[in-house]
Amino acid sequence: MLLVEALRDPASTASLDADGWAALLSMARAEQLIGTLARRLTGLLIPDAVERILDEARVNAEYQRRSALWEADCARRALAGYSGKVVLMKGAAYAAEGLKASEGRHIGDLDIMVARADLPQVEAALLAAGWDWVKEDAYDDAYYRDHMHELPPLIHKERDRMIDVHHTILPLTARPKPDAAGMLADAVMLENGFYVFSPTDMVMHSAAHLFADGELDGGLRNLWDIHCLLMEFNDDSFWSALKSRAEHHQLSHAIYCATRLAHQLYGTEIPKDWRNRHRQDKWYIMRLTARDDWGRGTCKFIRLVFYIRSHWLRMPPLMLLRHLWVKWRKG
Amino acid sequence: MSVHEFRVKVGPVAFRICSAWKRPIDQLADLYRDYPTPEIPDYSVRLEARSPFRRFIRPSITLGGDYMLPDAAPLPLAQGLLAAEMAMNLQVALGWRRHLLLHASAVEKDGKALIMTGASGSGKSTLAAMLGHKGWRFMGDEFVLIDLVNGEAAPFPRMISLKNEAIGAMQASALDGRFGPLMIGTPKGDIRHLVPARDAIAQIAVSATPALLLFPSFGYEPAVREIGASEVFMRLTQASTNYVALGEAGFTTLTRFIKTVPARAIDYRDGIEAAALVNQLWDELA
Repeated sequence: MLLVEALRDPASTASLDADGWAALLSMARAEQLIGTLARRLTGLLIPDAVERILDEARVNAEYQRRSALWEADCARRALAGYSGKVVLMKGAAYAAEGLKASEGRHIGDLDIMVARADLPQVEAALLAAGWDWVKEDAYDDAYYRDHMHELPPLIHKERDRMIDVHHTILPLTARPKPDAAGMLADAVMLENGFYVFSPTDMVMHSAAHLFADGELDGGLRNLWDIHCLLMEFNDDSFWSALKSRAEHHQLSHAIYCATRLAHQLYGTEIPKDWRNRHRQDKWYIMRLTARDDWGRGTCKFIRLVFYIRSHWLRMPPLMLLRHLWVKWRKG
Repeated sequence: MSVHEFRVKVGPVAFRICSAWKRPIDQLADLYRDYPTPEIPDYSVRLEARSPFRRFIRPSITLGGDYMLPDAAPLPLAQGLLAAEMAMNLQVALGWRRHLLLHASAVEKDGKALIMTGASGSGKSTLAAMLGHKGWRFMGDEFVLIDLVNGEAAPFPRMISLKNEAIGAMQASALDGRFGPLMIGTPKGDIRHLVPARDAIAQIAVSATPALLLFPSFGYEPAVREIGASEVFMRLTQASTNYVALGEAGFTTLTRFIKTVPARAIDYRDGIEAAALVNQLWDELA
């Protein structure tokens, strides 16, 4: 796929004609990787018309970084009276720590994690500081609180920005049971006062999100995060630490999937014995790269299969039936 | 899947548009026939069938593109031009970062630009269309693009989108004008597109120096009011879709604009009153 090729080997874009560039840019926008692409292509000789588009993407990525950190700071001030750790997750965490994964990255909602026992206190503090529930119905609200890894989403009344407050990294109904308390205990404070996960837990969260939860929407972007994190954390002791941490969190499958596919798509350097291909890899890759030259999602059937799979992973069969029944009745 | 495609450059913005149907593409190609054709588009726009059936039976268009709104309502095929125009505007509104973007109309005379902004229904589009056929160069009726370095206004003269009463008024005054098909009962009322006059297209890449900013209000006794700089600032931040995203460059550009360009609010009841007020203020201030 054009986009994967360009991210993996930016010099490969030298052979693109006008239609090739148009296709690459549309794919990158559809996968929310245009800012990342712009960073990767910096310094290369590319057509002026493309350079102007990439400059625009750089301006936009900088805006998203700035507003994500501002939003994180607003949350920190709202939670100043809370004594527990407030850990930034995903985009905001990468930006706060200045990791390579944050370069040009699209950042949407703010994701934070706190101890589950403290959720009522944290939720009350956010509500008092101007956040409000996004309109949900009673079933959805109860579903979030009983079975999910996060509160129902909150949105700030004035700034119109969403915050997801997590207490662990996977739905409570999923089969793996990660050690959320251990993740909080190991979270580290940065010089700027924000907490982020330890390197292995950061990779763990990204991999769990991609391969043990969702339907692989935005998968190329998440996999690029994983690629960047692995490249940046890669040292002698990292891989054995990652392996034992994955076993501890019951996330070995997700971690092996994530590292293997990052290696296959983006050429990430991983240990030799982590590289064995699996039969299902080609289906993952087909789903991850299902975009045409106009940025449209293709492979409708494969998408449907992964959509069903995401629900299958998220909850046991009987509960899934009940959930689908309620959702279907509500239309 | 067979796809019909068209490319066009409007001012500095290059589009490629694909459609599941041939008709909207033919209409665009006809109306935009004198505009330049770009090689590499800035944005892609897609007019897609809502479902495989709705390509043929009661055809219904879903707007797609590089930038999309999650809850955009589908439109019938007969309103394909409106669909294309809405999707093109959306790309610029959500994507453009190369200028400070003002939701406004503009016309030019002697290298200087008159910029008009205000709520929907204020008449800023109709005024620009009318002045564009009365000795001014039409620069655009949707967006004015302010250069981040030198503060010049770049034109974005897409099709003029006439609504309701403005259709009849312009058909009567722009006798040599080239009009698109009349679209009745769209979500925005009746709509008919008018191709900008020849000079607007010939000078599509020529910027102008902002010289006067007007906030028109339609339907009141003729009047002129001064507006304080702080109020102008507030109104223009609301009229801009990318002011916040541009950060410091946006602030610098907007404050320079406000310090150098005189601003007035005008009330008017018809085109003749408006033209008289515009000419009077232009002679005094620009």
